[in-house]
Amino acid sequence: MTLGLFWREFRRNTVAVAALAVVLLAITGALLAPLLAPQNPYDLASIDLSDARRPPGSVGSEGQVYLLGTDAQGRDLFSAILYGLRISIGIALLAGTVAVLIGSTLGLLAAFLRGISEAAIMRLVDLQLSVPAILMSMVLLAMFGPGQLQLVCALALAQYAYFARTMHGAASVERSKAYVEAALATPLPARRVVLRHILPNCLPPLIVVATMQIASAIGLEATLSFLGLGLPPTEPSLGTLIANGYQFLLSGRYWISIYPGIALITLIVSVNLVGDQVRDQLNPRLQR
Amino acid sequence: MSEVLAEIRAVSRHFEAPPALTDWLLRMAGRAKPKRRLQAVSDVSLQIARGEALGLVGESGCGKSTLGRMIAGILAPSQGEVFVEGKPVLAPSGRKLTTRVQMVFQDPFTSLNPRLRVGEQIGEGPLAHGLVARADLPTYISRWLGAVGLRPEHASRYPHQFSGGQRQRVAIARALAMQPAVLVCDEPVASLDVSVQAQIINLLLSLKRDLGLTMLFISHDLGVVRHLCDRIAVMYLGRIVEIGDAEAVCTSPRHPYTRALLGCRPRLNLDGAPQSTPPIVGELPSAFDPPAGCPFSSRCANVGSLCRDQAPSLRLNEPRRQVACYYPV
Amino acid sequence: MTASLLSVRDLTVHFPTDTGVLRAVDGVSFDLASGEILGIVGESGSGKSATGSAILGLIDATGSRVGGSVRFEGRELVGLPNARMREIRGQSISMIFQDPGMALNPVLTIGRQLDLVLRAHKQLPRSAARSACIDALRRVGLSRPEERLVAYPHQLSGGQRQRVAIAAALMHRPKLIIADEPTTALDVSTQAQILAEMRARIAQDGSALIWISHDLAVVSSLSPRIAVMYAGRLVEEGPTAIVLRKPRHPYTRGLLDSLLGEAKPGTELTPIPGTPATAADAGCSFAPRCRRADDACRIAPPLTREGAVSYRCHHPLASAAA
Repeated sequence: MTLGLFWREFRRNTVAVAALAVVLLAITGALLAPLLAPQNPYDLASIDLSDARRPPGSVGSEGQVYLLGTDAQGRDLFSAILYGLRISIGIALLAGTVAVLIGSTLGLLAAFLRGISEAAIMRLVDLQLSVPAILMSMVLLAMFGPGQLQLVCALALAQYAYFARTMHGAASVERSKAYVEAALATPLPARRVVLRHILPNCLPPLIVVATMQIASAIGLEATLSFLGLGLPPTEPSLGTLIANGYQFLLSGRYWISIYPGIALITLIVSVNLVGDQVRDQLNPRLQR
Repeated sequence: MSEVLAEIRAVSRHFEAPPALTDWLLRMAGRAKPKRRLQAVSDVSLQIARGEALGLVGESGCGKSTLGRMIAGILAPSQGEVFVEGKPVLAPSGRKLTTRVQMVFQDPFTSLNPRLRVGEQIGEGPLAHGLVARADLPTYISRWLGAVGLRPEHASRYPHQFSGGQRQRVAIARALAMQPAVLVCDEPVASLDVSVQAQIINLLLSLKRDLGLTMLFISHDLGVVRHLCDRIAVMYLGRIVEIGDAEAVCTSPRHPYTRALLGCRPRLNLDGAPQSTPPIVGELPSAFDPPAGCPFSSRCANVGSLCRDQAPSLRLNEPRRQVACYYPV
Repeated sequence: MTASLLSVRDLTVHFPTDTGVLRAVDGVSFDLASGEILGIVGESGSGKSATGSAILGLIDATGSRVGGSVRFEGRELVGLPNARMREIRGQSISMIFQDPGMALNPVLTIGRQLDLVLRAHKQLPRSAARSACIDALRRVGLSRPEERLVAYPHQLSGGQRQRVAIAAALMHRPKLIIADEPTTALDVSTQAQILAEMRARIAQDGSALIWISHDLAVVSSLSPRIAVMYAGRLVEEGPTAIVLRKPRHPYTRGLLDSLLGEAKPGTELTPIPGTPATAADAGCSFAPRCRRADDACRIAPPLTREGAVSYRCHHPLASAAA
């Protein structure tokens, strides 16, 4: 199925298109954060403690307008959200990519090798899947220590099992089809059969799981940051921002938690909606 | 006597359930259960001469597909060996050593990669094995597409853009592009409409005539096999029960199963009067638990005292005919 | 004319697809008398299966539409609410499918499934129900019926499963049986057995039978009357003896020529060029593949009756041709 056909069908679902627009907006905002944000929230010199906990729309000590207010350290919330999006999306995408690579390779190997190797790999994957992702990543982070790279590793390791399971399922089905038998019977080298014949036919379910897992990774990272694990407080992601403003929720300074929260929820919901549409379109029943 | 291109020597194949954790545990506890074994093919020996079309006929579960796969080098025999052009088809490790035997599969819908263009699938093998230079590949592919009745522009299309009959042509082209000495066809027309079956049968006939193709044609349909093949081998529960010239086997069968099978075929009844085709009695025994002695003994009208003791081996009945029966018809 | 058991008039079945409406059945009409056997022959896309399913109201794909009239014992079936249709299914009209997996539930024992079929239309005490099930299995030629009652479908072979499906279909001695390719997936020997058994049962019960198949040989050995379908239309219909000896429609002739039966081994067959089509928008659907087609075939051929045979063709084969 070509990209053109795919897009034409995607266009028909207005909700999905709106969600995709939101996702693209978030990505653009994240990428262009240094240009769009009125303030660099990581630059301690640009933050004025006297402007702390200002409500949205207020004017600061140097005349700048805080669109969404400030947090407890005097950071402009709008800038913090943009930079926070950057971290959230960046980490989720990076962790997701690594998880896909590790998981797909394992799944493909297991499906192709069969026998003991398959059993060993898949039992490891099953073991991994029985542990909740959040718990797994917390344990890993405790071992790795805090930091962006450590967070990416922890998330990737917590998530690869889904991809391994999906890829193994799809590859097993394809492995037993006649065209794979035909390719092996030519005989074509095993590596070529796996990469050129089996893998391309396993992509649709993988793409679907990947989109869902990205949303899950975003939520996972936010949860970890909310709990104070993973990222240093000087480079706040959306989760950290929510955590920072938590104590002020009931004292009337709702904006410190709520706006980052809204941003996070909107992002996750949009990614999920796009993933839903992608899944429906790639449904094998509709394929020839 | 024509040169023998494919030789199958005393080939057997059995299947066992793959090892499960429970079996291993039971074995440790000293209570190992005997494994259920399915004897798919028992002690089959065949020779296919150059330019000959040998038909392999039988019903489901007789082992013809398994035998076909062993001859094509897809499956390793449990015992015995397969030789093509005098060389073994498989290495002891199970790796296929030769490209001189190729296979055409039954289902044209799953035997082609849905995501690769048809031309790429035809050209992939020959390129990988040095049968054609990369520069000459498009011409090579066009040549084989033409040989099966398709046009050069079809090379850039995907399988789903073809009909079932056309896909089967592509599968045949893919196998032939490897320039095999022996072509194994596993029920190539079974999934096709009647009018399309005739087209593919014609194609195979012309390929046999023009290219001198040596073929093993596997089918459950005696009519198709009779039309296409020079010799027919009839299989039942993993054994060859009769082998001989196609016409002779179909007009004067010597094994009771062959005769019953021929009698079961619904014939086109132009009179419209309901015809009662004499059925074989009984059901096919399970391949896990075949009858002792002759596999057909449980259903044979001619069964005698020798039949239940030991399975009869193929013995010469008349020149060019072998029958595995103590009391041939 | 005796009152027909089944009277089908201009039956149509339309399915919505991405590329427009697919007219799977495009105006099919025929009559069936009580106890009569009719064979419907066609290739893929001919609409033969859809015809059988439509009679029993089993077409339920989203957006599908069934039109025309199907009268069974004088009662109109098209548009009948499902609740009324359920009383008819299994009791007055039964269906046997190609894949017994469709008819048999893999998680219920054979005995339970037959019992459900029995109880759908009859209330019997437990012991009587059990012996009725055992009897039903015995009558379709299944050995050791008591053992089969407690077995699951996967423990039986394909042929045995199909026999169970037939037993279920025949349990209430329906007046009409619709069999949609019931032996296609079976071995020749099993097929021969089931054909013989069905012939005997039908004669015994006096049921009418519609046998749908792509196999001309099977149909010709079973039914004295045959209907040939192509692309959703009945192109020829009549007594088997006449239709197969002297076909009027070029497609019937083409089908007969494609068969291996009489051809000399090793000779080239004369297949019909091209692939089986679905209903054309206008004109004769067979025209693209027909050697006799010309401009007149741009209009859909009307039904022509010649004695007991009817066909749709502008250029039928001469009736004297063998």
